[in-house]
Amino acid sequence: MTTHILGDTRTLTARSLRHILRSPDTIVTTVVTPIALMLLFVYVLGGAIRTGSGDSYINYMLPGILLITIASGIAYTSYRLFLDMQSGIVERFQSMPIPRASVLWAHVLTSLAANTISLAVVIGVALLMGFRTGASLAAWLAIAGILLLFTLALTWIAVIAGLTAKSVDGASAFSYPLIFLPFISSAFVPTASMPGPVAWFAENQPVTSIVDTVRALFAGQPVGSGIWIALAWLVGMLVVAYALAVTIYRRKVT
Amino acid sequence: MSVEPAIRVNGIEKSFSDTHVLRGVDVEIAAGSIFALLGSNGAGKTTLVRILSTLLKPDAGTALVHGFDVMAEPAKVRESISLTGQFAAVDDVLTGRENLVLVAKLRHLENPAGVADELLSRFGLSDAGSRRAATYSGGMRRRLDIAMGLIGNPPVIFLDEPTTGLDPQSRIEVWQTIRMLAGAGTTVLLTTQYLDEAEQLADRIAILHNGRIIQSGTLAELKKLLPPATREYIEKQPSLEDVFLALVGGGVSVATSLAAEKEDS
Repeated sequence: MTTHILGDTRTLTARSLRHILRSPDTIVTTVVTPIALMLLFVYVLGGAIRTGSGDSYINYMLPGILLITIASGIAYTSYRLFLDMQSGIVERFQSMPIPRASVLWAHVLTSLAANTISLAVVIGVALLMGFRTGASLAAWLAIAGILLLFTLALTWIAVIAGLTAKSVDGASAFSYPLIFLPFISSAFVPTASMPGPVAWFAENQPVTSIVDTVRALFAGQPVGSGIWIALAWLVGMLVVAYALAVTIYRRKVT
Repeated sequence: MSVEPAIRVNGIEKSFSDTHVLRGVDVEIAAGSIFALLGSNGAGKTTLVRILSTLLKPDAGTALVHGFDVMAEPAKVRESISLTGQFAAVDDVLTGRENLVLVAKLRHLENPAGVADELLSRFGLSDAGSRRAATYSGGMRRRLDIAMGLIGNPPVIFLDEPTTGLDPQSRIEVWQTIRMLAGAGTTVLLTTQYLDEAEQLADRIAILHNGRIIQSGTLAELKKLLPPATREYIEKQPSLEDVFLALVGGGVSVATSLAAEKEDS
Protein backbone atom coordinates (compact mmCIF):
# COMPACT_ATOMS: atom_id res chain seq x y z
CA MET A 1 0.00 0.00 0.00
CA THR A 2 2.82 2.41 0.87
CA THR A 3 4.18 1.91 -2.63
CA HIS A 4 1.21 3.89 -3.89
CA ILE A 5 1.66 6.88 -1.62
CA LEU A 6 3.25 9.09 -4.29
CA GLY A 7 0.84 8.08 -7.05
CA ASP A 8 -2.23 8.43 -4.84
CA THR A 9 -1.07 11.80 -3.50
CA ARG A 10 -0.58 12.95 -7.08
CA THR A 11 -4.05 11.76 -8.09
CA LEU A 12 -5.69 13.47 -5.12
CA THR A 13 -3.65 16.66 -5.62
CA ALA A 14 -4.76 16.78 -9.25
CA ARG A 15 -8.32 16.53 -7.98
CA SER A 16 -8.12 19.51 -5.65
CA LEU A 17 -6.08 21.57 -8.13
CA ARG A 18 -9.00 21.05 -10.48
CA HIS A 19 -11.24 22.58 -7.81
CA ILE A 20 -9.08 25.71 -7.93
CA LEU A 21 -9.08 25.84 -11.73
CA ARG A 22 -12.89 25.56 -11.69
CA SER A 23 -13.29 28.32 -9.12
CA PRO A 24 -10.52 30.83 -9.92
CA ASP A 25 -12.43 33.27 -7.69
CA THR A 26 -10.56 31.68 -4.77
CA ILE A 27 -7.34 33.11 -6.24
CA VAL A 28 -9.00 36.44 -7.01
CA THR A 29 -10.38 36.88 -3.49
CA THR A 30 -7.03 35.84 -2.04
CA VAL A 31 -5.14 38.56 -3.89
CA VAL A 32 -7.75 41.33 -3.62
CA THR A 33 -6.98 42.19 0.02
CA PRO A 34 -3.19 42.38 -0.32
CA ILE A 35 -3.46 44.40 -3.53
CA ALA A 36 -5.96 46.80 -1.95
CA LEU A 37 -3.66 47.20 1.07
CA MET A 38 -0.75 47.83 -1.25
CA LEU A 39 -2.68 50.57 -3.11
CA LEU A 40 -3.84 52.07 0.19
CA PHE A 41 -0.41 52.15 1.80
CA VAL A 42 1.51 53.29 -1.25
CA TYR A 43 -0.88 55.94 -2.60
CA VAL A 44 -2.71 57.11 0.56
CA LEU A 45 -0.81 56.46 3.77
CA GLY A 46 2.69 55.84 2.50
CA GLY A 47 3.47 59.49 1.80
CA ALA A 48 3.32 60.25 5.51
CA ILE A 49 5.31 57.21 6.64
CA ARG A 50 9.02 57.71 7.31
CA THR A 51 10.78 54.39 7.08
CA GLY A 52 14.23 55.81 7.62
CA SER A 53 15.54 53.88 4.62
CA GLY A 54 16.32 55.65 1.39
CA ASP A 55 14.27 53.05 -0.49
CA SER A 56 10.83 53.61 -2.05
CA TYR A 57 7.90 52.76 0.21
CA ILE A 58 6.61 49.93 -1.97
CA ASN A 59 10.00 48.25 -1.74
CA TYR A 60 9.75 48.64 2.03
CA MET A 61 6.29 47.12 2.45
CA LEU A 62 6.13 44.39 -0.22
CA PRO A 63 7.56 41.64 2.07
CA GLY A 64 4.74 42.25 4.57
CA ILE A 65 2.16 42.24 1.79
CA LEU A 66 3.47 38.88 0.58
CA LEU A 67 2.99 37.39 4.06
CA ILE A 68 -0.56 38.80 4.17
CA THR A 69 -1.20 37.18 0.78
CA ILE A 70 -0.17 33.79 2.15
CA ALA A 71 -2.20 34.27 5.34
CA SER A 72 -5.35 34.99 3.34
CA GLY A 73 -4.62 32.19 0.85
CA ILE A 74 -4.46 29.44 3.45
CA ALA A 75 -7.99 30.27 4.62
CA TYR A 76 -9.11 28.45 1.47
CA THR A 77 -6.96 25.44 2.32
CA SER A 78 -8.83 25.06 5.55
CA TYR A 79 -12.15 25.73 3.79
CA ARG A 80 -11.54 23.03 1.16
CA LEU A 81 -10.43 20.49 3.76
CA PHE A 82 -13.45 21.28 5.94
CA LEU A 83 -15.84 20.76 3.00
CA ASP A 84 -14.17 17.45 2.13
CA MET A 85 -14.53 16.25 5.72
CA GLN A 86 -18.12 17.46 5.87
CA SER A 87 -19.31 16.08 2.53
CA GLY A 88 -18.13 12.54 3.23
CA ILE A 89 -15.61 12.39 0.40
CA VAL A 90 -12.85 11.89 2.98
CA GLU A 91 -14.80 8.92 4.37
CA ARG A 92 -15.03 7.46 0.90
CA PHE A 93 -11.27 7.82 0.44
CA GLN A 94 -10.65 6.31 3.86
CA SER A 95 -12.75 3.25 3.16
CA MET A 96 -10.54 2.70 0.09
CA PRO A 97 -7.00 1.29 0.06
CA ILE A 98 -5.38 4.73 -0.08
CA PRO A 99 -2.55 5.77 2.28
CA ARG A 100 -4.24 8.05 4.79
CA ALA A 101 -1.47 10.64 4.64
CA SER A 102 -2.18 11.15 0.92
CA VAL A 103 -5.50 12.83 1.66
CA LEU A 104 -3.84 15.54 3.80
CA TRP A 105 -0.76 15.96 1.63
CA ALA A 106 -2.96 16.53 -1.42
CA HIS A 107 -4.49 19.52 0.35
CA VAL A 108 -1.08 20.77 1.47
CA LEU A 109 0.41 20.56 -2.04
CA THR A 110 -2.67 22.26 -3.48
CA SER A 111 -2.21 25.04 -0.93
CA LEU A 112 1.41 25.50 -2.06
CA ALA A 113 0.33 25.69 -5.70
CA ALA A 114 -2.53 28.14 -5.06
CA ASN A 115 -0.33 30.41 -2.91
CA THR A 116 2.44 30.38 -5.51
CA ILE A 117 -0.02 31.67 -8.09
CA SER A 118 -1.36 34.33 -5.70
CA LEU A 119 2.17 35.48 -4.79
CA ALA A 120 3.10 35.74 -8.46
CA VAL A 121 0.02 37.89 -9.13
CA VAL A 122 0.77 40.19 -6.18
CA ILE A 123 4.44 40.56 -7.15
CA GLY A 124 3.31 41.34 -10.72
CA VAL A 125 1.04 44.14 -9.49
CA ALA A 126 3.82 45.44 -7.23
CA LEU A 127 6.14 45.62 -10.25
CA LEU A 128 3.50 47.68 -12.09
CA MET A 129 3.32 49.99 -9.07
CA GLY A 130 7.03 50.62 -9.16
CA PHE A 131 8.53 47.84 -7.04
CA ARG A 132 12.14 47.27 -8.10
CA THR A 133 14.72 44.83 -6.83
CA GLY A 134 18.33 44.15 -7.58
CA ALA A 135 18.15 40.73 -5.91
CA SER A 136 20.53 38.12 -7.29
CA LEU A 137 19.34 34.67 -8.31
CA ALA A 138 20.60 33.33 -4.97
CA ALA A 139 18.65 36.01 -3.11
CA TRP A 140 15.49 35.17 -5.10
CA LEU A 141 15.93 31.49 -4.23
CA ALA A 142 16.36 32.40 -0.57
CA ILE A 143 13.18 34.52 -0.70
CA ALA A 144 11.31 31.68 -2.42
CA GLY A 145 12.56 29.28 0.26
CA ILE A 146 11.43 31.55 3.10
CA LEU A 147 8.00 32.11 1.53
CA LEU A 148 7.68 28.36 0.95
CA LEU A 149 8.45 27.63 4.60
CA PHE A 150 5.99 30.31 5.71
CA THR A 151 3.28 28.88 3.42
CA LEU A 152 3.93 25.34 4.66
CA ALA A 153 3.82 26.38 8.33
CA LEU A 154 0.59 28.33 7.85
CA THR A 155 -0.88 25.57 5.69
CA TRP A 156 -0.47 23.04 8.49
CA ILE A 157 -2.13 25.51 10.86
CA ALA A 158 -4.94 25.71 8.28
CA VAL A 159 -5.14 21.90 8.29
CA ILE A 160 -5.70 21.99 12.06
CA ALA A 161 -8.48 24.53 11.54
CA GLY A 162 -10.04 22.54 8.70
CA LEU A 163 -10.03 19.33 10.75
CA THR A 164 -11.45 20.82 13.93
CA ALA A 165 -13.86 23.50 12.65
CA LYS A 166 -17.54 23.07 13.41
CA SER A 167 -18.75 25.39 10.64
CA VAL A 168 -17.59 26.80 7.32
CA ASP A 169 -17.14 30.21 8.95
CA GLY A 170 -14.98 28.76 11.69
CA ALA A 171 -12.85 26.99 9.10
CA SER A 172 -11.73 30.29 7.56
CA ALA A 173 -12.05 32.75 10.47
CA PHE A 174 -8.87 31.45 12.11
CA SER A 175 -6.86 33.21 9.42
CA TYR A 176 -7.91 36.74 10.47
CA PRO A 177 -5.38 37.06 13.30
CA LEU A 178 -2.70 35.70 10.97
CA ILE A 179 -3.60 38.32 8.35
CA PHE A 180 -3.48 40.99 11.06
CA LEU A 181 -0.12 39.98 12.53
CA PRO A 182 2.04 41.82 9.93
CA PHE A 183 0.43 45.15 10.96
CA ILE A 184 2.02 44.85 14.41
CA SER A 185 5.46 44.23 12.99
CA SER A 186 8.08 46.03 10.99
CA ALA A 187 6.11 45.33 7.78
CA PHE A 188 4.60 48.80 7.31
CA VAL A 189 6.35 51.10 9.78
CA PRO A 190 9.62 50.78 11.70
CA THR A 191 9.01 49.26 15.14
CA ALA A 192 10.99 52.10 16.74
CA SER A 193 8.01 54.42 16.11
CA MET A 194 5.70 52.27 18.29
CA PRO A 195 5.10 52.73 22.06
CA GLY A 196 7.24 50.50 24.30
CA PRO A 197 5.14 47.35 24.90
CA VAL A 198 3.83 47.31 21.31
CA ALA A 199 7.34 47.73 19.97
CA TRP A 200 8.49 44.87 22.21
CA PHE A 201 5.75 42.61 20.86
CA ALA A 202 6.44 43.67 17.27
CA GLU A 203 10.15 43.00 17.59
CA ASN A 204 9.68 39.59 19.13
CA GLN A 205 6.98 38.10 16.95
CA PRO A 206 7.87 35.96 13.91
CA VAL A 207 6.69 38.35 11.18
CA THR A 208 9.28 41.06 11.93
CA SER A 209 12.32 38.82 11.52
CA ILE A 210 10.84 37.25 8.37
CA VAL A 211 9.91 40.63 6.86
CA ASP A 212 13.33 42.15 7.69
CA THR A 213 15.11 39.18 6.11
CA VAL A 214 13.06 39.23 2.91
CA ARG A 215 13.42 43.02 2.68
CA ALA A 216 17.20 42.76 2.99
CA LEU A 217 17.29 40.02 0.35
CA PHE A 218 15.21 42.11 -2.08
CA ALA A 219 17.45 45.12 -1.47
CA GLY A 220 20.60 43.07 -2.03
CA GLN A 221 21.83 43.84 1.48
CA PRO A 222 23.39 41.46 4.00
CA VAL A 223 20.72 39.64 6.02
CA GLY A 224 22.78 39.47 9.21
CA SER A 225 21.82 37.19 12.06
CA GLY A 226 18.12 38.04 11.55
CA ILE A 227 17.78 35.23 9.02
CA TRP A 228 18.53 32.65 11.70
CA ILE A 229 15.82 34.04 13.95
CA ALA A 230 13.44 33.98 10.97
CA LEU A 231 14.36 30.39 10.10
CA ALA A 232 14.02 29.29 13.73
CA TRP A 233 10.49 30.76 13.83
CA LEU A 234 9.55 29.20 10.49
CA VAL A 235 10.85 25.73 11.27
CA GLY A 236 9.46 25.91 14.81
CA MET A 237 5.96 26.87 13.63
CA LEU A 238 6.09 24.25 10.91
CA VAL A 239 7.12 21.41 13.23
CA VAL A 240 4.57 22.28 15.92
CA ALA A 241 1.70 22.80 13.45
CA TYR A 242 2.55 19.62 11.54
CA ALA A 243 2.75 17.50 14.69
CA LEU A 244 -0.54 18.87 15.98
CA ALA A 245 -2.32 18.47 12.66
CA VAL A 246 -1.19 14.88 12.22
CA THR A 247 -2.17 14.00 15.80
CA ILE A 248 -5.64 15.46 15.34
CA TYR A 249 -6.02 13.74 11.97
CA ARG A 250 -5.06 10.34 13.40
CA ARG A 251 -7.56 10.77 16.21
CA LYS A 252 -10.26 11.76 13.72
CA VAL A 253 -9.85 9.04 11.15
CA THR A 254 -9.20 5.82 13.02
CA MET B 1 -17.70 -27.67 0.37
CA SER B 2 -18.44 -25.20 3.11
CA VAL B 3 -18.53 -21.60 1.96
CA GLU B 4 -16.89 -19.13 4.32
CA PRO B 5 -19.28 -16.26 5.10
CA ALA B 6 -18.35 -12.93 3.51
CA ILE B 7 -18.92 -11.11 6.78
CA ARG B 8 -18.73 -12.55 10.27
CA VAL B 9 -19.45 -10.28 13.23
CA ASN B 10 -19.04 -11.43 16.83
CA GLY B 11 -20.03 -9.46 19.91
CA ILE B 12 -19.35 -6.01 18.47
CA GLU B 13 -19.88 -3.20 20.97
CA LYS B 14 -19.53 0.52 20.51
CA SER B 15 -20.30 3.49 22.73
CA PHE B 16 -20.15 7.20 22.05
CA SER B 17 -19.53 9.05 25.33
CA ASP B 18 -22.53 7.89 27.38
CA THR B 19 -24.67 6.25 24.69
CA HIS B 20 -24.19 2.54 24.20
CA VAL B 21 -24.99 2.30 20.48
CA LEU B 22 -24.04 -1.33 19.81
CA ARG B 23 -24.39 -3.79 22.69
CA GLY B 24 -23.02 -7.00 21.26
CA VAL B 25 -23.93 -7.56 17.64
CA ASP B 26 -23.52 -11.02 16.12
CA VAL B 27 -24.22 -11.65 12.49
CA GLU B 28 -23.06 -13.78 9.56
CA ILE B 29 -23.58 -12.87 5.95
CA ALA B 30 -23.24 -15.48 3.22
CA ALA B 31 -21.08 -14.64 0.22
CA GLY B 32 -23.04 -13.47 -2.81
CA SER B 33 -26.21 -12.67 -0.89
CA ILE B 34 -28.12 -9.48 -0.24
CA PHE B 35 -28.41 -8.92 3.49
CA ALA B 36 -30.66 -6.18 4.80
CA LEU B 37 -30.06 -4.59 8.15
CA LEU B 38 -33.32 -3.04 9.31
CA GLY B 39 -33.69 -0.54 12.07
CA SER B 40 -35.20 2.78 12.95
CA ASN B 41 -33.17 5.98 12.91
CA GLY B 42 -30.44 5.85 15.53
CA ALA B 43 -30.60 2.06 15.88
CA GLY B 44 -26.87 1.82 15.13
CA LYS B 45 -26.99 0.61 11.52
CA THR B 46 -24.55 3.24 10.30
CA THR B 47 -22.23 2.66 13.25
CA LEU B 48 -22.03 -1.03 12.36
CA VAL B 49 -21.35 -0.23 8.69
CA ARG B 50 -18.65 2.26 9.67
CA ILE B 51 -16.99 -0.37 11.85
CA LEU B 52 -17.12 -2.95 9.05
CA SER B 53 -15.65 -0.45 6.59
CA THR B 54 -12.72 0.38 8.97
CA LEU B 55 -13.82 3.97 9.57
CA LEU B 56 -14.51 3.32 13.24
CA LYS B 57 -12.92 1.02 15.80
CA PRO B 58 -15.23 -1.12 17.92
CA ASP B 59 -14.89 -1.11 21.72
CA ALA B 60 -15.23 -4.89 21.87
CA GLY B 61 -15.85 -7.87 19.63
CA THR B 62 -14.43 -9.01 16.31
CA ALA B 63 -15.46 -8.59 12.72
CA LEU B 64 -14.15 -10.38 9.66
CA VAL B 65 -14.85 -8.99 6.21
CA HIS B 66 -13.91 -11.20 3.26
CA GLY B 67 -11.78 -13.19 5.72
CA PHE B 68 -9.85 -10.18 7.05
CA ASP B 69 -10.07 -8.78 10.56
CA VAL B 70 -11.21 -5.14 10.49
CA MET B 71 -8.94 -4.26 13.41
CA ALA B 72 -5.83 -6.26 12.50
CA GLU B 73 -5.86 -5.99 8.70
CA PRO B 74 -7.75 -2.80 7.81
CA ALA B 75 -5.78 -2.34 4.58
CA LYS B 76 -6.83 -5.79 3.32
CA VAL B 77 -10.43 -5.06 4.28
CA ARG B 78 -10.35 -1.78 2.35
CA GLU B 79 -9.18 -3.64 -0.72
CA SER B 80 -12.19 -5.95 -0.47
CA ILE B 81 -14.99 -3.47 0.11
CA SER B 82 -16.67 -0.38 -1.09
CA LEU B 83 -18.85 1.97 0.92
CA THR B 84 -21.71 3.82 -0.69
CA GLY B 85 -24.64 5.82 0.51
CA GLN B 86 -25.55 8.15 3.32
CA PHE B 87 -22.04 9.19 4.28
CA ALA B 88 -19.95 8.52 1.19
CA ALA B 89 -19.95 11.42 -1.18
CA VAL B 90 -19.32 12.22 -4.81
CA ASP B 91 -17.20 15.23 -5.72
CA ASP B 92 -19.62 17.96 -6.81
CA VAL B 93 -16.99 20.05 -8.57
CA LEU B 94 -15.90 17.18 -10.80
CA THR B 95 -17.99 15.77 -13.64
CA GLY B 96 -19.54 12.33 -13.34
CA ARG B 97 -16.84 10.91 -15.58
CA GLU B 98 -14.05 12.60 -13.61
CA ASN B 99 -15.44 11.16 -10.38
CA LEU B 100 -15.26 7.66 -11.86
CA VAL B 101 -11.79 8.21 -13.33
CA LEU B 102 -10.60 9.48 -9.94
CA VAL B 103 -11.72 6.32 -8.15
CA ALA B 104 -10.37 4.09 -10.94
CA LYS B 105 -6.96 5.77 -10.60
CA LEU B 106 -7.03 5.42 -6.82
CA ARG B 107 -7.78 1.70 -7.30
CA HIS B 108 -4.79 1.56 -9.67
CA LEU B 109 -6.70 0.12 -12.60
CA GLU B 110 -5.18 -0.18 -16.05
CA ASN B 111 -7.54 1.95 -18.10
CA PRO B 112 -9.37 4.49 -15.91
CA ALA B 113 -11.04 6.26 -18.82
CA GLY B 114 -12.35 2.97 -20.25
CA VAL B 115 -13.65 1.88 -16.83
CA ALA B 116 -15.42 5.22 -16.45
CA ASP B 117 -17.06 4.99 -19.87
CA GLU B 118 -18.23 1.46 -19.27
CA LEU B 119 -19.84 2.38 -15.95
CA LEU B 120 -21.42 5.57 -17.31
CA SER B 121 -23.22 3.59 -19.97
CA ARG B 122 -24.13 0.77 -17.57
CA PHE B 123 -25.75 3.27 -15.21
CA GLY B 124 -27.44 5.34 -17.90
CA LEU B 125 -25.23 8.34 -17.24
CA SER B 126 -23.39 8.56 -20.56
CA ASP B 127 -25.16 11.78 -21.58
CA ALA B 128 -24.55 13.34 -18.18
CA GLY B 129 -20.95 12.17 -17.94
CA SER B 130 -19.41 15.50 -18.85
CA ARG B 131 -21.64 17.51 -16.51
CA ARG B 132 -20.60 18.41 -12.99
CA ALA B 133 -22.05 16.12 -10.36
CA ALA B 134 -23.51 19.18 -8.61
CA THR B 135 -26.06 19.44 -11.43
CA TYR B 136 -27.29 15.83 -11.03
CA SER B 137 -30.67 14.87 -9.62
CA GLY B 138 -30.81 12.83 -6.41
CA GLY B 139 -31.27 9.59 -8.32
CA MET B 140 -28.41 10.30 -10.73
CA ARG B 141 -26.10 11.17 -7.83
CA ARG B 142 -26.93 7.94 -6.08
CA ARG B 143 -26.35 5.94 -9.26
CA LEU B 144 -23.00 7.70 -9.74
CA ASP B 145 -22.21 6.99 -6.09
CA ILE B 146 -22.96 3.29 -6.52
CA ALA B 147 -21.05 3.19 -9.82
CA MET B 148 -18.00 4.65 -8.03
CA GLY B 149 -18.37 1.88 -5.47
CA LEU B 150 -18.25 -0.84 -8.12
CA ILE B 151 -14.90 0.19 -9.59
CA GLY B 152 -12.33 -2.52 -9.09
CA ASN B 153 -15.09 -5.10 -8.46
CA PRO B 154 -14.85 -5.29 -4.67
CA PRO B 155 -16.39 -8.56 -3.46
CA VAL B 156 -18.29 -6.86 -0.61
CA ILE B 157 -20.38 -3.72 -0.94
CA PHE B 158 -21.92 -1.71 1.89
CA LEU B 159 -24.93 0.34 0.91
CA ASP B 160 -25.91 2.63 3.74
CA GLU B 161 -29.53 3.71 3.22
CA PRO B 162 -29.07 3.81 -0.54
CA THR B 163 -32.60 5.03 -1.29
CA THR B 164 -33.21 7.49 1.54
CA GLY B 165 -34.46 10.73 0.07
CA LEU B 166 -34.99 9.36 -3.45
CA ASP B 167 -38.18 9.66 -5.47
CA PRO B 168 -40.01 6.41 -6.34
CA GLN B 169 -38.52 6.06 -9.84
CA SER B 170 -34.96 6.58 -8.65
CA ARG B 171 -35.62 4.12 -5.87
CA ILE B 172 -36.63 1.45 -8.37
CA GLU B 173 -33.54 2.19 -10.45
CA VAL B 174 -31.35 1.69 -7.42
CA TRP B 175 -33.15 -1.56 -6.58
CA GLN B 176 -32.48 -2.86 -10.09
CA THR B 177 -28.82 -2.00 -9.69
CA ILE B 178 -28.59 -3.84 -6.38
CA ARG B 179 -30.20 -6.97 -7.86
CA MET B 180 -27.76 -6.79 -10.76
CA LEU B 181 -24.86 -6.69 -8.30
CA ALA B 182 -25.95 -9.68 -6.29
CA GLY B 183 -26.65 -11.53 -9.51
CA ALA B 184 -22.98 -11.08 -10.38
CA GLY B 185 -21.86 -12.64 -7.08
CA THR B 186 -21.17 -9.54 -5.01
CA THR B 187 -22.10 -9.65 -1.33
CA VAL B 188 -24.32 -6.70 -0.48
CA LEU B 189 -24.95 -5.41 3.03
CA LEU B 190 -27.79 -2.99 2.80
CA THR B 191 -29.09 -0.83 5.62
CA THR B 192 -32.54 0.60 5.33
CA GLN B 193 -35.39 1.95 7.33
CA TYR B 194 -37.87 1.02 4.62
CA LEU B 195 -39.41 -2.35 5.33
CA ASP B 196 -40.59 -2.86 1.76
CA GLU B 197 -37.05 -2.33 0.53
CA ALA B 198 -35.78 -5.20 2.64
CA GLU B 199 -38.75 -7.29 1.56
CA GLN B 200 -38.09 -6.65 -2.12
CA LEU B 201 -34.34 -7.13 -2.18
CA ALA B 202 -32.94 -9.13 0.67
CA ASP B 203 -32.12 -12.82 0.85
CA ARG B 204 -31.87 -12.46 4.59
CA ILE B 205 -33.02 -9.73 6.93
CA ALA B 206 -31.79 -8.78 10.38
CA ILE B 207 -33.50 -6.35 12.72
CA LEU B 208 -31.20 -4.14 14.77
CA HIS B 209 -32.91 -2.72 17.82
CA ASN B 210 -31.47 -1.18 20.98
CA GLY B 211 -27.96 -2.11 19.91
CA ARG B 212 -28.59 -5.80 19.29
CA ILE B 213 -29.78 -7.99 16.43
CA ILE B 214 -33.10 -9.06 17.87
CA GLN B 215 -34.12 -11.32 15.00
CA SER B 216 -32.74 -12.48 11.69
CA GLY B 217 -33.70 -14.87 8.93
CA THR B 218 -35.29 -15.03 5.52
CA LEU B 219 -38.49 -13.13 4.94
CA ALA B 220 -40.44 -16.40 5.18
CA GLU B 221 -38.77 -17.28 8.48
CA LEU B 222 -39.52 -13.87 9.91
CA LYS B 223 -43.13 -14.13 8.79
CA LYS B 224 -43.45 -17.44 10.64
CA LEU B 225 -42.75 -15.61 13.90
CA LEU B 226 -46.26 -14.25 13.75
CA PRO B 227 -49.38 -16.41 14.11
CA PRO B 228 -50.37 -18.08 10.80
CA ALA B 229 -52.03 -15.77 8.35
CA THR B 230 -55.77 -15.58 8.45
CA ARG B 231 -57.50 -15.49 5.10
CA GLU B 232 -59.52 -12.42 4.31
CA TYR B 233 -60.87 -11.31 1.00
CA ILE B 234 -60.17 -7.72 0.19
CA GLU B 235 -60.48 -5.74 -2.98
CA LYS B 236 -57.11 -5.32 -4.73
CA GLN B 237 -56.57 -1.58 -4.68
CA PRO B 238 -53.65 0.01 -6.52
CA SER B 239 -51.23 1.64 -4.08
CA LEU B 240 -50.55 5.34 -4.40
CA GLU B 241 -47.11 4.38 -5.69
CA ASP B 242 -48.73 2.36 -8.52
CA VAL B 243 -50.91 5.32 -9.39
CA PHE B 244 -48.02 7.78 -9.24
CA LEU B 245 -45.81 5.66 -11.44
CA ALA B 246 -48.61 4.96 -13.92
CA LEU B 247 -49.30 8.68 -14.23
CA VAL B 248 -45.75 9.93 -14.57
CA GLY B 249 -44.57 6.95 -16.62
CA GLY B 250 -41.11 5.37 -16.37
CA GLY B 251 -40.40 2.46 -14.11
CA VAL B 252 -44.01 1.33 -14.45
CA SER B 253 -43.16 -2.03 -15.89
CA VAL B 254 -40.83 -2.63 -12.99
CA ALA B 255 -43.42 -1.55 -10.47
CA THR B 256 -46.05 -3.86 -11.85
CA SER B 257 -43.67 -6.77 -12.14
CA LEU B 258 -42.64 -6.20 -8.54
CA ALA B 259 -46.27 -6.18 -7.56
CA ALA B 260 -46.69 -9.45 -9.43
CA GLU B 261 -43.75 -11.01 -7.61
CA LYS B 262 -45.27 -9.94 -4.36
CA GLU B 263 -48.51 -11.71 -5.16
CA ASP B 264 -46.68 -14.88 -6.17
CA SER B 265 -44.81 -15.19 -2.92
